[in-house]
Amino acid sequence: MRVKYVLSEVLVGLWRNVTMSIAMIITMAVSLTMLGASGLMYRQVDDMKDLYYKNIEVSIFLSQEVSEQQRTDLDAKLKSDPLVKEVLYVNKDEAYKRFKEMYQDAPDLVNAVKPDQLPESFRLKLNNPEQYKNIYDQYKETEGVDEIVDQSRLLDKIFNILTSIQNIALAAAIVMAVAALLLVANTIQVAAYSKRREVAVMKLVGASNWFIQAPFVLEAVVAGLIGSLLGLVALVAAKYLLFDGSLSALQGLLSPITWGDILFIFPLMAGVGGLVSAGTAWITLRFYLRV
Amino acid sequence: MTKTYPKASRPSLDNVSVSIEKGEFVFFIGPSGSGKSTIIKMLLHEVAPNKGRVVVNGKDVTSMRSWKRPHFRRSIGCVFQDFRLLPNRTAYENVAFALEVIGKTKAVARRVVPEVLELVGLGGKEHRYPHELSGGEQQRVAVARAFVNRPLILLADEPTGNLDPDTSIEIMRLLDRINRTGTTVVMVTHDSNIVNQMRRRVVEIESGRIVRDQARGVYG
Repeated sequence: MRVKYVLSEVLVGLWRNVTMSIAMIITMAVSLTMLGASGLMYRQVDDMKDLYYKNIEVSIFLSQEVSEQQRTDLDAKLKSDPLVKEVLYVNKDEAYKRFKEMYQDAPDLVNAVKPDQLPESFRLKLNNPEQYKNIYDQYKETEGVDEIVDQSRLLDKIFNILTSIQNIALAAAIVMAVAALLLVANTIQVAAYSKRREVAVMKLVGASNWFIQAPFVLEAVVAGLIGSLLGLVALVAAKYLLFDGSLSALQGLLSPITWGDILFIFPLMAGVGGLVSAGTAWITLRFYLRV
Repeated sequence: MTKTYPKASRPSLDNVSVSIEKGEFVFFIGPSGSGKSTIIKMLLHEVAPNKGRVVVNGKDVTSMRSWKRPHFRRSIGCVFQDFRLLPNRTAYENVAFALEVIGKTKAVARRVVPEVLELVGLGGKEHRYPHELSGGEQQRVAVARAFVNRPLILLADEPTGNLDPDTSIEIMRLLDRINRTGTTVVMVTHDSNIVNQMRRRVVEIESGRIVRDQARGVYG
């Protein structure tokens, strides 16, 4: 009977002030969606880092006037370098082939470039991609070297952008969370006021504190959980419409977000939504119920 | 015991010592602001004395932790001048509510509530709402609610303050009947008529001090 009483009080409570309840649930849903999105991006960026840094290359482009001797010397030196894992020599024809492949959608550009204009290069895979700097310092003055390009620097830029998007999502989540908290506190105050007579009688006849507080706290928790469910729906919609829809062209670049990832992030959203609302409700009650 | 409220110039209760035996019927009388209600609040563990001890049912509740208060209150029934009934519940529901929120089942309520409503003389009016009842009848519901859990003590804070003399007498008869079941009744009032008719122990308080404690007293 007590469980039934508490549950029916929760429903009555949410319904009593339904516009406020809706506002509370919507803000919570937005906040939790942001939280979930930033959590997903966190995993995403991690996955992508693994994927990209594993395949990262340092390219040593040779100048046009490089001599046969210089090339062989460099090749030998690179092959014996402990920092280097793999060396691949790309000659002009090979470079042109790659170039043609890369820009197959722009035939004008391909036609304008002749194999002769493209530099030969050594493509290195490092044992540890972060030691790029050492390679750069070691080989930049070597005869016949024109330029050393490290892909990881480009990647760093991309990842910086992704990280800041992630931070923006997190900041938005926090700001919305504050709004949600205030709405929860307000809803609980209104609920406590509209039930003040019942609460006074309950205190008088010796109802236990948890029994007096439970309907209010659960009201907030239920709102939080509904909010997190809506957040889940929003994330699923985002995956369906954005990642699998309009952004699907980028699929090769972005590591995919699986349904598993989203399901994995949902307990986090539900947990945060539920606990934060419960905490807020409980603290509010300490002020407005003084039980 | 002594109780001084913050911001008050003089203590609400000044070195007051009172002992009430089990099964007694005691009136606390005195003008408004004399400190009568503070005694009720202390017995309810709503306020604590600055000095001295409050012992209820053989237990020192002076420094009882607040989380123990709910359980403690189940041994005390309370009636107020303003009835404090829930307007959207019937007489039956008002009394049953008090049982259900302390964990009694509906089955227990179905057995006990009609009994106690019969006892207070409201048999047949179980399903009336407070606004459909007279003041005296509302106070009977309140008494039923206070008594339904068979408390050891019944505290009544000016229970006849809102009632006409005839109805007041009826309520007093009811309290007297409850007292005869062995329940200690502590009543705060300034209704001289009632005190004079009942001829019970009277403790008079003035400016926070006991000025009279008389076994079969009158209002004076």
